Amino acid sequence: MLETSKLNEGKIKRYLSEGRRFDGRDLNEFREIKIETGVSKHAEGSVRVKLGKTEVLVGVKMDVATPFPDTPNQGNLMTNAELTPLSSADFESGPPKTPAIELGRIIDRGIRESKFIDFEKLCIKEGEKVWSVFIDIYSINDDGNLLDAAGIAALIALKNTMVPKYDEEKEKAIYGEHDRKLPLAENMIPISLTVHKIGDNLLIDPLKEEEDVSEMRLTTSGFKDTIFAMQKGESGTIESERMPELLELAEKAREKVILRIKEYL
Amino acid sequence: MTKESNFKRPDGRNVDEMRPIKVKVGVIPNADGSAMFAFGDTVAIAAVYGPRKMHPQHAQDPEKGVLRCEYNMLSFSVDERIRPGTNRRSTEISKITEWALQPVLMLEKYPNAVIDVFINIIQANASTRCAGINAAALALAHAGIPMKNLVSSVSIGKLDKQLVVDVNKLEEDWEEGEGPTDIPVTMTPDGRITHMQLDGKISNEQLREVLRLAKEATKKIHEIQKEALKKSVETGGKE
Repeated sequence: MLETSKLNEGKIKRYLSEGRRFDGRDLNEFREIKIETGVSKHAEGSVRVKLGKTEVLVGVKMDVATPFPDTPNQGNLMTNAELTPLSSADFESGPPKTPAIELGRIIDRGIRESKFIDFEKLCIKEGEKVWSVFIDIYSINDDGNLLDAAGIAALIALKNTMVPKYDEEKEKAIYGEHDRKLPLAENMIPISLTVHKIGDNLLIDPLKEEEDVSEMRLTTSGFKDTIFAMQKGESGTIESERMPELLELAEKAREKVILRIKEYL
Repeated sequence: MTKESNFKRPDGRNVDEMRPIKVKVGVIPNADGSAMFAFGDTVAIAAVYGPRKMHPQHAQDPEKGVLRCEYNMLSFSVDERIRPGTNRRSTEISKITEWALQPVLMLEKYPNAVIDVFINIIQANASTRCAGINAAALALAHAGIPMKNLVSSVSIGKLDKQLVVDVNKLEEDWEEGEGPTDIPVTMTPDGRITHMQLDGKISNEQLREVLRLAKEATKKIHEIQKEALKKSVETGGKE
């Protein structure tokens, strides 16, 4: 792996300096996005998203829980990501390691901070019973940019989520029976988008080979020109003078992504 | 044959009728071999990586390769969310999956190496281990691992006193009479049993009937598996 990325690094940089990429895309171009909803019946919402050869499955489950003491009238959110050994020779079995934990947290914060989910409408009985929303992300094939694939998939899964009926007597969820859609913000979609820096080039939606030699990445979750969450990753740096360029690249890319996935939103 | 009874299965199937089977070979581009296998609403995918170097090193076998299987149900594959990660049930199923597949693999060709098989259950409606084994057998063949044969797996159920083939969730939780008995069986096409489990209660005599039903059903599954492999070779793995 390391050997391959070292070999590729020079080539990728040389290509990028001429504005070219291995698969012929422009630096600001996303791969084709393929979406299939309702891929797992027992989930309250589920979706398969493919970005080129990269594939993720995201399912949303809901359960009745106790609210956190500081938010007695709000539902809970838990986002979990598994980088499965099924999806890449680079991933190992066992408890989630840092990259999986970071991925889950980035997606979680983008959704949480944007107030995309109306948590107050997920309160059943203040201080006692609320709905918990679990977003579970699984990688199926890693060909780069699992991060943005997961972000898109999480949104579409939430959009497809139906709240189970509530059994007042047993104070439990009645699975398989639903009466309403998950309460979400209208006219706002917090897309999580990652810009990578390789050499002096800024690009989006990296292939695995590109991701392996990426020096730094910045994920912004936002809608139009508002940003709700941000995370810089990897050990490289970016000059502050280049931030406007980066943010503009991200904003334009978010708009294009929204257009492409519109029919699922 | 038990067919003459007027037994009504919850989904209207004949007692010896399996749910519609769906198969697809080559579903995970990164893997050396992969496949999807579905019994109705039960959907399993399997990926094979290897033969590759065994880590940790002390687990290497200088005489033959090691088959390592991992069965995993996705958290949202059932009504009550499963906490991600392994549990006692999945650990046992991983092991019996290895035993179900090992007899047909020519592992002696790969000393010190490991062949990893990862099985994910995307959607569950009982018989998940059987769907997983069927997907895994296909994925191994797709990866080009030398095999003496395929294996095929099916669950036979005893609902009260009635035997049925390919148990679904409603049948697995059968409440009438003697309740449910679940008997997952894996066989080679020539009728060798590579895996068998049972939970419940059954007579010796009826168990012989179970094996007859399993043999018949696994034969059908084997044909479907063979067809899917042929198709993947013809299309060069492309959709």
